[in-house]
Amino acid sequence: MSWDLLADVQLLLQYHFMQNALVAGTLVALLAGAAGYFVVLRGQSFAAHMLSQVGFPGAAGAVLVHVAPVFGLIAFCVAAALGIGWVGRNLDAGHRAESAAVGSILAFSLGLGLLFFRLYAGSAAGIYTFLFGTILGIADRDVQLTLVVALLGLGALAIFGRQLIFATVDPDVAEARGVHVRLLSIAFLIVLALAVAITVQIVGTLLIFALLVAPGASALQLTARPARALAVSVVLSLAFTWLGLALAYFSDLPVGFFITSLAFAVYVAIRAVKGALAFRNGSLQLRGTWFAAEA
Amino acid sequence: MVRSGGVMSIGQMLALDFMRNAFLTGGCIALAAGLVGYFVVLRNEVFTSDALGHVAFTGSLGGLLAGLNLLAGVFGSCIAVALAIGTFGGRGRGRDVAIGTIFAWVLGLGVLFLSLYTSARSGATGSVGISVLFGSILGLQPIQVIVGSISGVAICAVTLLVARPLLFVSIDPDVALARGVPTRAFTALFLFLVAVTVAESVQAVGALLIFALMVTPAAVAQNISARPWLGMALSALIALAVVWIGLVLSFYISYPASFFITAVAFAAYLVSQLGRQIRPAASR
Repeated sequence: MSWDLLADVQLLLQYHFMQNALVAGTLVALLAGAAGYFVVLRGQSFAAHMLSQVGFPGAAGAVLVHVAPVFGLIAFCVAAALGIGWVGRNLDAGHRAESAAVGSILAFSLGLGLLFFRLYAGSAAGIYTFLFGTILGIADRDVQLTLVVALLGLGALAIFGRQLIFATVDPDVAEARGVHVRLLSIAFLIVLALAVAITVQIVGTLLIFALLVAPGASALQLTARPARALAVSVVLSLAFTWLGLALAYFSDLPVGFFITSLAFAVYVAIRAVKGALAFRNGSLQLRGTWFAAEA
Repeated sequence: MVRSGGVMSIGQMLALDFMRNAFLTGGCIALAAGLVGYFVVLRNEVFTSDALGHVAFTGSLGGLLAGLNLLAGVFGSCIAVALAIGTFGGRGRGRDVAIGTIFAWVLGLGVLFLSLYTSARSGATGSVGISVLFGSILGLQPIQVIVGSISGVAICAVTLLVARPLLFVSIDPDVALARGVPTRAFTALFLFLVAVTVAESVQAVGALLIFALMVTPAAVAQNISARPWLGMALSALIALAVVWIGLVLSFYISYPASFFITAVAFAAYLVSQLGRQIRPAASR
């Protein structure tokens, strides 16, 4: 790697697998960044966490029956989303019985994923791909599928995004104005499931927070205005993905490490700057805000 | 794990060294996880144990990379992070964006360590990472058997010793504080116990599946009975049964023990939920 940017980009694009990774990564980042804004706004990061882990046996099962893993991911994630929607409330990690139920489901679904991999006699590398993501494994048909899913998700958000913000910020007034709050929340869960399903290809089921939650969280730290926050979230998500893919390519180290590190560093930097500013302004809220976050 | 023809008897199974080790160590770990897990669910710290599981993954691989023993890495990192959580007072709740971002990064760091560790050794296929993530109860090393069994028993003893005040502090912290119970000290001790138990459970079911031992049995127990002492006993016994049944199943049907353990635990949970739906209000 040199400091000649143009030459670096040419180097980055010379292999077909890398072109696929960058195209798919861009699509993923667009949907994940947009959906991530709503995830944080609605306090549903826990649902994102759960959907991604339930997706793991889906991916492994798809490999077992020789189908594209994305199909398995979509099937399991959408089914889980409908399940959450059916339960009817926002899943809340603060609730004792619910977090115990979710914990039990998560352990079982990861165990099931392990079983599917063993049935397939897959290598360790195969498991790591779905747990932690890769820049190597994205085939042409995956790119096409990702394009379709990303367009679907973004299209849906474009149609009901405004109403969703309304329904999130003030559900009672929205309901009174004739917005179908319940229907919207299920529709969003399905979009979230789609976003999770394609994001897993890049960062894996375990590191999904880095692309699906951290950009939205950072954006909402910077601005409360919806359009601006949404744009910042998408830009950050794109930046994490492109930089992460490039760094992984040139260093030959795992992409998941770079993307999570970038997401973490940006989030911490924003919190630190905000904290320092608040400290200078005399409103000493440091201790309270750091861990309380924006649940 | 059966390779020869014909069905082996239980006696033949127990004649095998690795099976005996698995039953002994797995049993001790299960009892400890069930007991401590009861308090984890009671105090609603499910996602503290999740976070510590992530830490265990990164810690063990970091330890290996630094040339330390796997056990030293797991125990050291879990205890250090539990103390940090106790000091900063943050509860590792999954809903919390800040905590989630931190632990995603911790896991990302673990992936880096894994990649560095496997590429530093030619021929290593990364299966060490799989055994940390999903457990390796049928491949325990002698040191793991000794450390696992002894610390399992020790965790049980300490938990039972402090169970009474810990119940008090967990159920009604304000009143406990007013009565002069050192709440902070008990919380710190509890986090320490959780850390050691997570580090233990990682040997049995792996960093990703610790819920199956630390949360599910306790949730089943609390579905069956609201009485604390009975619930604690049930939780420990259910965890033990889950591990032993899982081991037997994986012996006769050659699929991963970790899968059977999570499956048996989940089945028990479903049955207990159903039972609760069918006869509500009874025994509660």
